[in-house]
Amino acid sequence: MKIAVCVKEVPDATAHKRIDAGTKRLDRSGEGALNAFDANAVEEALRLKDATGEGEVVVVSMGPERALNSLRKALAMGADRAVLIADDGAAGSDLVATSLTLGKALEREQPDLVLFGQQSSDSDGAVLWAAVAERLKRPVISQVAELTLEGGSLTGKRQTEFGYDVIKAPLPAVVAVADSINEPRYPSLKGIMGAKSKPQETLSLADLGVDGGSAGEPGSRTEVLALADPPPRGETRKIEDDGSAAEQIVAFLSEKRLI
Amino acid sequence: MSVLVFLEHHGGELQKGSLAVLSKAASLGGDDVAGVIVGSGLDGLAEQAARHGAATVYVADDPRLEAPLPQPRVDAIAELVADKGVETVLFAQSILAADIAAGLAARLEAGLNWQLTDITEDGGSLIGKQSALGDSVVVDVGWKTTPRIGLFRAGSLDPVEQAAAGTIEAFSPELQEHSLAAEMVEQAHAEESGPSIEDANVIVAGGRGLGEPEKFALVEELAKALGGAVAATRAVVDAGWYPYSAQVGQTGKSVSPTLYIACGISGAIQHKVGMQSSKTIVAINKDPNAPIFEFADLGVVGDLHAIVPKLTELVQARRG
Repeated sequence: MKIAVCVKEVPDATAHKRIDAGTKRLDRSGEGALNAFDANAVEEALRLKDATGEGEVVVVSMGPERALNSLRKALAMGADRAVLIADDGAAGSDLVATSLTLGKALEREQPDLVLFGQQSSDSDGAVLWAAVAERLKRPVISQVAELTLEGGSLTGKRQTEFGYDVIKAPLPAVVAVADSINEPRYPSLKGIMGAKSKPQETLSLADLGVDGGSAGEPGSRTEVLALADPPPRGETRKIEDDGSAAEQIVAFLSEKRLI
Repeated sequence: MSVLVFLEHHGGELQKGSLAVLSKAASLGGDDVAGVIVGSGLDGLAEQAARHGAATVYVADDPRLEAPLPQPRVDAIAELVADKGVETVLFAQSILAADIAAGLAARLEAGLNWQLTDITEDGGSLIGKQSALGDSVVVDVGWKTTPRIGLFRAGSLDPVEQAAAGTIEAFSPELQEHSLAAEMVEQAHAEESGPSIEDANVIVAGGRGLGEPEKFALVEELAKALGGAVAATRAVVDAGWYPYSAQVGQTGKSVSPTLYIACGISGAIQHKVGMQSSKTIVAINKDPNAPIFEFADLGVVGDLHAIVPKLTELVQARRG
């Protein structure tokens, strides 16, 4: 059983996130960290590997060279190997370009299962798995809160807007897990010490046979045209309850013609 | 300008969000606005779509399309885009719609912009308004090629009913092998009482400040008095106080009702991103430093256990 976990380095949670007005891309110059939602996918991969007692967990990512630091967290948790597509030509890739390049890296790995976390915390993206599944021509199940493997197929129970779905798919398959699926383990000291010596491979676009016109900005089909501040919310009013708060709320709602 | 809108349905009804996107597409002024409905046993849905601005409603009614799974829908829409020369495909955000939109983007090598709150036409090209980075910045986004794909944030638009009736055209898409690999084994729907939070004009939401799960009754009674729906924060959903279908925020739903009353909610950024586009926000919280007071139109520092029941009574009295 070979499991690939697609992960991403995002700006550290404590960093103030901003879009660079010049490049119109997210400013990634500050401290980076493993996208917290991806830790759930890594944990699930390790849990599945432990349950079957054999197999390999490889984390796959796209990003600048220094993103290896963030990938090491996944290695410290217990993943066996890391693959990073680090190429200046891939910077600024949108969904189409990212899914193409990531798809090529996954085709090279030939995993039985590809896992994603439920969203990226930087771009609020929650779509990449479906595009990657389409590139690989594999079934996809998203938002999975319970995952079981049996024989050559997997069953995912997931939350939707309307309740629960239980979906079954044959392997190889692509699954995005919800963050409620598990509690990611903390890396042990031994894990942290051992992470550096685990195999870490850096790939270029050329290594994957992706031409420059299909990656980065040239390969992207969307563009950022302008940035602006959000419209102000208008005045806010704050009152202390002196026993008449309910009446004051009713007066406010009535003034706004809401009741 | 040829626009196709994916019309999601559930329980024999088209989703309000999808109809709102259809109305938006119709308002762009093109005469070639179509909707597509995919599923099984779809009687009556196409007529509803025709009343919301679709000049043509394409219907793929097939037992193999019954389960709301994304990949067969990618096949259906990709086929329409190719056959009808569709330039733009628009979706209202949902778990299903996001998976279809992204699969379609890869299939058609098409640009996908998400978290859209509006779209405008400018000399033949389209510009989307995207709310980004926790709503701290508004981004104008474009598409460099056609087809274009757009995913609208839930609750950002309203459906508009129109007199014009469109034509209905059935089609039978060819489905790919990998698209039929996943299979719905079971669909268990949560019991719903009252309007769903996506469709509600008024939402009353409860958080940790309620103290215990039984206190959600206070929130439910106020919602009932106002004819609204009940929402919850992630913290209380995780704690098992309320079902996930009611969760508002980064990992739940985004809503923008006319009135949002937050009871015992601190207003952490993860919750804020799901509700800050509500037209009017009222917050009741005992902590005067709660972040929600920075963006609530009316903030009340006080004990919700005393204020909310009284408020419910006053609202009931006014409504007779």
